[in-house]
Amino acid sequence: MDFKGSDTIPGPRAEDQLPHTAQSAAKIVIVGGFGVGKTTMVGSVSEITPLTTEETMTQAGIGVDDNFGSASKTATTVAMDFGRISITEQLVLYLFGTPGQQRFWFLWNGLFEGALGAVVLVDTRRLEVSFDVMGRLEERGVPFVVAVNAFPDAPRYAIEELRTALDLTPDIPIMECDARRRASSRDVLMTLMRFLHSLAMTGSRT
Amino acid sequence: MYVVAGPDGERAELDLVTLIVARVADPPPSASPEQAALLRLCAAPLSVAELSAYLHLPFSAMGVLLTELLTAELVQARAPIVRQSRTDRSLLEAVMNGLQRL
Repeated sequence: MDFKGSDTIPGPRAEDQLPHTAQSAAKIVIVGGFGVGKTTMVGSVSEITPLTTEETMTQAGIGVDDNFGSASKTATTVAMDFGRISITEQLVLYLFGTPGQQRFWFLWNGLFEGALGAVVLVDTRRLEVSFDVMGRLEERGVPFVVAVNAFPDAPRYAIEELRTALDLTPDIPIMECDARRRASSRDVLMTLMRFLHSLAMTGSRT
Repeated sequence: MYVVAGPDGERAELDLVTLIVARVADPPPSASPEQAALLRLCAAPLSVAELSAYLHLPFSAMGVLLTELLTAELVQARAPIVRQSRTDRSLLEAVMNGLQRL
């Protein structure tokens, strides 16, 4: 990777700078399959235009079941889009849209381990992608809620039907959303925070 | 990937949302182009993820760069809030209040 030199690096716009009082940041992960609307959701609630952080994956990590790898390459760049919400003058929340394939999760240190929680974004046309993601999150003890992105051309199901189809236990919140709409994406994040709050109250999950 | 975090020299893992702030107004003459660019970017606090994005450097390369700058005391790292067995309820309430204002 060529470094372009300091004069050509555009930094954050003045209005995108954090105040000096910003003391700490927390993160939430939005995880789902390819094209499910992760970046759309990040962009709809973010105060900054979503940015992209990249990591390079060597051949050993490339699988056969995705659109990212190519047999002729020895290394693949995996990108992750993210956005930001300033909560207070001291506290900042970051949202990361992450590919559903677990082997990508290790590219970014502590991406899930340190996250407050996760949103599993689901496309009803490809429910099967979600099973693996949810299983992995459970294994790692990452609390999550499920948001069904309502694509106009996707089949609609009652939420309880989807809960059954996804084999979700009754305690895990599931809702429909429109990832393009700020209010809808915000409601998903609120549901996640309420869920985390209820877990903190009961201490039922560690 | 580890970096020196606090002023008392404890080691902490570099996180995507560790906030980095420059401790100097101008990069020293000894700074490499990458170091100088990073120092200019984080005149105000900026997360490692944002630095990675603006510098077009992979996350793993940020660890090397930041370790050098932290060792030279040219930047300060502000540790992230990470999930714990009992997440602080007041933190969650603050986040909910912040989201309500969106």
